[in-house]
Amino acid sequence: MIATLIDYGAGNVTSVERALRRLGADVRTTNQPEELTTAPCLILPGVGHCSALLHSLDNHGLRTPLLTAISRGTPFLGICLGLQVLYQSSAEAPELCGLGLLRGHVEQLPGNVKLPHMGWNQVQPLRDSRLLDGIGADEYFYFAHSYAASADGPATVATCKHGREFTAVLETERIFGVQFHPEKSGAAGAKLLDNFLRMAG
Amino acid sequence: MSLAHRIIPCLDTDGSRVVKGVHFEGLRDAGDPAELAARYNDEGADELVVLDIAAARDSRPTFLETIRRVAEQLSIPLAAGGGIRSLEDARGVVRAGSDKITVNTAAVERPELIRDLSGEFGAQAVVLAIDGRREENTWQVRVRGGRVATSWNALDWAQRGVELGAGEILLTSVDRDGTQSGFDLAFTAAISRAVSVPVIASGGAKLPQHFFEVFTEGAADAALAASIFHDNVQSIRGLKEFLRTNGVEVRLPC
Repeated sequence: MIATLIDYGAGNVTSVERALRRLGADVRTTNQPEELTTAPCLILPGVGHCSALLHSLDNHGLRTPLLTAISRGTPFLGICLGLQVLYQSSAEAPELCGLGLLRGHVEQLPGNVKLPHMGWNQVQPLRDSRLLDGIGADEYFYFAHSYAASADGPATVATCKHGREFTAVLETERIFGVQFHPEKSGAAGAKLLDNFLRMAG
Repeated sequence: MSLAHRIIPCLDTDGSRVVKGVHFEGLRDAGDPAELAARYNDEGADELVVLDIAAARDSRPTFLETIRRVAEQLSIPLAAGGGIRSLEDARGVVRAGSDKITVNTAAVERPELIRDLSGEFGAQAVVLAIDGRREENTWQVRVRGGRVATSWNALDWAQRGVELGAGEILLTSVDRDGTQSGFDLAFTAAISRAVSVPVIASGGAKLPQHFFEVFTEGAADAALAASIFHDNVQSIRGLKEFLRTNGVEVRLPC
């Protein structure tokens, strides 16, 4: 199974790469537009600032090939910021356009709780999820973020709560996203990545 | 459903080996960092911290190799620090596989370092480590592994660090460190209630009761310990079972 990891330069892709290799995936990391259009599946990890990710995608000419690949049905998994950029925009970088594949905006979590939302939390499934298949309802996942998408979008399949409810897992057709870091979430995270690879394979 | 309190084993290294001592002194060998990392990953640690307490210029390449070996073993987050003085130092640590960067003395000497790191890696990747010692009714910031006093107040420094972009505070009580007499609850609670970011309590842990107290009375978001885990005085799983029984939210992996 070939998994193509988009390395846009601002994030640390090493841990995602390592987690996928442990599952037996043949991981290709790339920032080349042409490799996105031929990849059997795409993973966009993301840490840091939303504007760094979006600028980097644009500077490398990756936005259009990424949208093309996704619209052609290439399975896509966005992790953390990689989920957030699927929406129309983010309050973290309001001047920039998100990928706009999902309707809605990413907003900061409320200030009545500690931010970043950092550590292990549980998710609440709203309906059957292909990513969460076989993962116990009481499992925890590792989060590290201050911004999040609202919980009421049609693609949201599981939510989490920190100050307010937000989208923890989204799935629509071949587009998948997780707000937490499966590559940092022990056995439960590994199972989720394995579910994605199997669907993509 | 809420955020779990984290248990974080800490590996103090001399660059390549895990070492331990009391009050930052009298160091003894405590094992191989990668072996301990693998063990804690399997036993349900929520995160791991690796510090280079020698932090000498010539030990850098060795420490980076240690981070690589440790990161290879983990499916949980890793924070690394000790001797990080510049953005370039931090890039090396992140490239080696660390998710977070811990800064202490260098940030006291040049607070803008926090802003630089946060700008490049995001606040969630910047841990401000503060070593504090009680001086009458306040806590004074200490640097250089707790050995050198400063005139800074720990509470003021923690707040300033957060304003500059730190996403987490790793708070060590120099008075309690290595004593196994329990965390400094007043210190931890004072800082935790004064900042908007998570606080990791450190220094003095031994008994499960100490962790219970620091998560309740101490208002800590996470708690860090070293030798009690290295020496099997306390198992991580046993500790978490105790905490859950006593109503503290923790992650118990299946």
